[in-house]
Amino acid sequence: MSPPLLLGVEEEGQSNVSLMASSPSDCISQNVSGLQERNYLGLSDCSSVDSSAASSLPVDNKNKLNLKATELRLGLPGSESPEREPDLSLLSSGKLDEKPLFPLLPSKDGICPGSQKNVVSGNKRGFSDTMDRFSEVKSSVYTEKNWMFSVGPDSESPQSVGQGKFPGNSGMNPMLRPTGAQQAIMKEMAPNALERSRPAANGTHNKASASNNNMSAPAAKAQVVGWPPIRSFRKNSLATTSKNNDEVDGKPGPGALFIKVSMDGAPYLRKVDLRTYTNYGELSSALEKMFSCFTIGQCGSHEAPGREMLSESKLKDLLHGSEYVLTYEDKDGDWMLVGDVPWEMFIDSCKRLKIMKGSDAIGLVELTRSVMKLSRMDKCSLADTKFGRNCNKKPNTIIMVYDHATAV
Amino acid sequence: MNYFPDEVIEHVFDFVTSQKDRNAVSLVCKSWYKIERLSRQSVFIGNCYAISPERVIGRFPGLKSLTLKGKPHFADFNLLPYDWGGWVYPWVEALAKSRVGLEELRLKRMVVSDDCLELLSRSFVNFKSLVLVSCEGFTTDGLAAIAANCRYLRELDLQEIEVDDNRGQWISCFPDSCTSLVSLNFSCLKGEINLTALERLVARSPNLKSLRLNRAVPLDTLQKLLMRAPQLVDLGIGSFVYDPSSEAYIKLKATLVKCKSIRSLSGFLEVVPCCLSAIHPVCQNLTSLNLSYAPGIHGNELIKLIRFCRKLERLWILDSIGDRGLGVVAFTCKELQELRVFPSGVDNAAVTEEGLVAISAGCPKLHSLLYFCQQMTNAALITVAKNNSNFTRFRLCILDREKPDPVTMQPLDEGFGAIVQSCKRLRRLSLSGLLTDQVFLYIGMYAEQLEMLSIAFAGNSDKGMLYVLNGCKKLRKLEIRDSPFGNTALLTDVGKYETMRSLWMSSCEVTLGGCQTLAKKMPRLNVEIINEDDQMEFSLDDRQKVGKMYLYRTLVGPRKDAPDFVWTL
Repeated sequence: MSPPLLLGVEEEGQSNVSLMASSPSDCISQNVSGLQERNYLGLSDCSSVDSSAASSLPVDNKNKLNLKATELRLGLPGSESPEREPDLSLLSSGKLDEKPLFPLLPSKDGICPGSQKNVVSGNKRGFSDTMDRFSEVKSSVYTEKNWMFSVGPDSESPQSVGQGKFPGNSGMNPMLRPTGAQQAIMKEMAPNALERSRPAANGTHNKASASNNNMSAPAAKAQVVGWPPIRSFRKNSLATTSKNNDEVDGKPGPGALFIKVSMDGAPYLRKVDLRTYTNYGELSSALEKMFSCFTIGQCGSHEAPGREMLSESKLKDLLHGSEYVLTYEDKDGDWMLVGDVPWEMFIDSCKRLKIMKGSDAIGLVELTRSVMKLSRMDKCSLADTKFGRNCNKKPNTIIMVYDHATAV
Repeated sequence: MNYFPDEVIEHVFDFVTSQKDRNAVSLVCKSWYKIERLSRQSVFIGNCYAISPERVIGRFPGLKSLTLKGKPHFADFNLLPYDWGGWVYPWVEALAKSRVGLEELRLKRMVVSDDCLELLSRSFVNFKSLVLVSCEGFTTDGLAAIAANCRYLRELDLQEIEVDDNRGQWISCFPDSCTSLVSLNFSCLKGEINLTALERLVARSPNLKSLRLNRAVPLDTLQKLLMRAPQLVDLGIGSFVYDPSSEAYIKLKATLVKCKSIRSLSGFLEVVPCCLSAIHPVCQNLTSLNLSYAPGIHGNELIKLIRFCRKLERLWILDSIGDRGLGVVAFTCKELQELRVFPSGVDNAAVTEEGLVAISAGCPKLHSLLYFCQQMTNAALITVAKNNSNFTRFRLCILDREKPDPVTMQPLDEGFGAIVQSCKRLRRLSLSGLLTDQVFLYIGMYAEQLEMLSIAFAGNSDKGMLYVLNGCKKLRKLEIRDSPFGNTALLTDVGKYETMRSLWMSSCEVTLGGCQTLAKKMPRLNVEIINEDDQMEFSLDDRQKVGKMYLYRTLVGPRKDAPDFVWTL
């Protein structure tokens, strides 16, 4: 048996992880018979051809990883979204397989192992978009099921992007075997290779998240049953307790801002973490996906990314076109239309979200417009048409409308 | 062969208490076997399907305490369908029919019905102790039966159970004559409880040492209970919501100071986060603290509390304590032996490798670890291994599946390898993060005492599993999910499985054909294939991959209570 390799490296001076990565396997494979023939698929492993080159492999691989990673990290099919927001992945994939998994999600609300808060990088987002978000998010983001891809790891907080494994005995694309040269090839051809290889990779894990089985599914991680391995009693208990505690002290932790989302006619509420979005567009898209089974109309369509104020015309579209309207209850307990204030202000003041039927919300829309225009003393042009009784031109009737709106 | 009369040998055997030792003793010769079996009082059955109740009773007629485990460990994580099995009724029924004077029943991951509890309560006059961990299937009606009928009940301990709360008055069912309670734990119950009845019960239980309340017990009741039971050693607080200026709170502070015997504290299921200063006087004597169900206590408050707990040996906590908090633990709790850090779900508060390294450096007596973290590095694990080679249980769960070392982007093979190499007494290991076959090579080589190994999303090929099966001679339980191990690994050493309690493989590469081959070769194993509801019927295609396979050694053949979706090959 070889001398203690792992701990003993220290005696040589610096313990260098990458050295250790390569040397023990060298030594071990020499000591243990019959193992040298195989390629272990690990970075540190000897290739079957040339064991002396093995020690250089990890370093090479690492460099290659760093160089290549940022180029190809994003926009690839199958990039995955964090566990808690599986719906967001639908942004990119429009996958139908996720729907049967919806029933799981309510039980996961409020239960958020660390990585779940992370921002989704759907594979349809532009590279720069996602990079921006990536630098915002401190904790790890899992976007690829391929460990060869990683963002430059040392610049900021450790972020791991690519993980995955390559089942050795599946009928897989041999290019996926991670020897150095092949990694380069892999990366060049990454988009296609991943597309092709994923079915093979995923086929071998028929249970490893239902969404993995579908090539276009980026939300693989989200759907895995039984991960993280916490007893369901504990999960449920923490969920209940944090719900109660939110009501008790009303203050969510700095990292997460959970807001209940209800929808008229939906049988259950959802909870979203507002901090995972940076603008209204994302929020409404996410909600759209979340509640899509209840067929929201064009709720999210009126928001372009970055735009924060509803325009007159958009309001009109809203009123006349969509079935549902997104509203929120602010700190003062008033129900407001989402989209009127800058995003940051919205996050600060939003206590609850509600997806209302358009008809119910017309009063709100009118209210909002009236409030916005109060200083200018404009008339509500639409008030004439429908809500003469609710919204006449006198300023003090605004208060009545307020009451009506909050009662909705 | 005996130089002494049987009675003397039996008396000697009285001092042999561990089951392992008694099993060894029983193998020496026929006469020792007989003496041992007639005198054994406490029996542990690790897998309720490995043996039948009748045979257990037949061999150990003097049985007083029975411990049973039912479902495999991964059932805790919803990997097992609800009706898979693990019913305890047949056991209780068989025991009731026999002349066994059962006094203690401890169950883990089993299905217990109200009828079963009723039968239990009526069948054994001297029944004293019921401990249920992670069980299911009963309501408070069953508890009422236990309370009402077990006249000498000492211990009723319910841990992590979802009980259907019928809002019954089960606590009132303890008769006035019941004064023998030593331990009462109903912290997992969600419903209301009759507070007056509870107070009276505690008042007439002078031997009460352990009391764990559920969230329905408010602060003022807690204070009254503590007044009645200042001798408590183990306290589980239900609701700790109060107004700091209220009389109830002031009274409680005073009462807590008087409870000098409390060594173990848990609960805080409902808590006002601002101030736990009332607890501080209790902290200095605490050896066990479980705040893992108290997400309402923020990190800073936790840290303040910990600073008082110099004698702590066991700490269960949420990761909201953060790396900084773990640093405080490392500085303060030099007697720490067991640490469990659970994920609270709050993003920023999660712990990393820093916390673990600090703990390993600061707590020399630590030997049992369960650690959920955001990330881990090889360097950290190697440092931990160097700092501390005492680990007997090392369970690491990196929340991000298959995450490599974020600094080097390497798999975590080396880190875990260092752990198994350094910790020669390691008995239980759970892996996570990105792992290749290499880590299994290390485990096979170094983890000589390993008894239980949990693998998820790891490895590259059959080799990984083979290293483990070949190398770990003492392996008893192996559970694998979502790893690329297939038929070759499964079938290379079929005899191994009879030396183990069980093997679980789900979402791996084993096929139906492979499992069938195994079942044919090893008739004393039950090889169960568990089909999900939405999967197809049992097709006869040998090449079809098996979703879930659970195999275990057994002396009684395929179980008769297997539901339709379980196919014993």
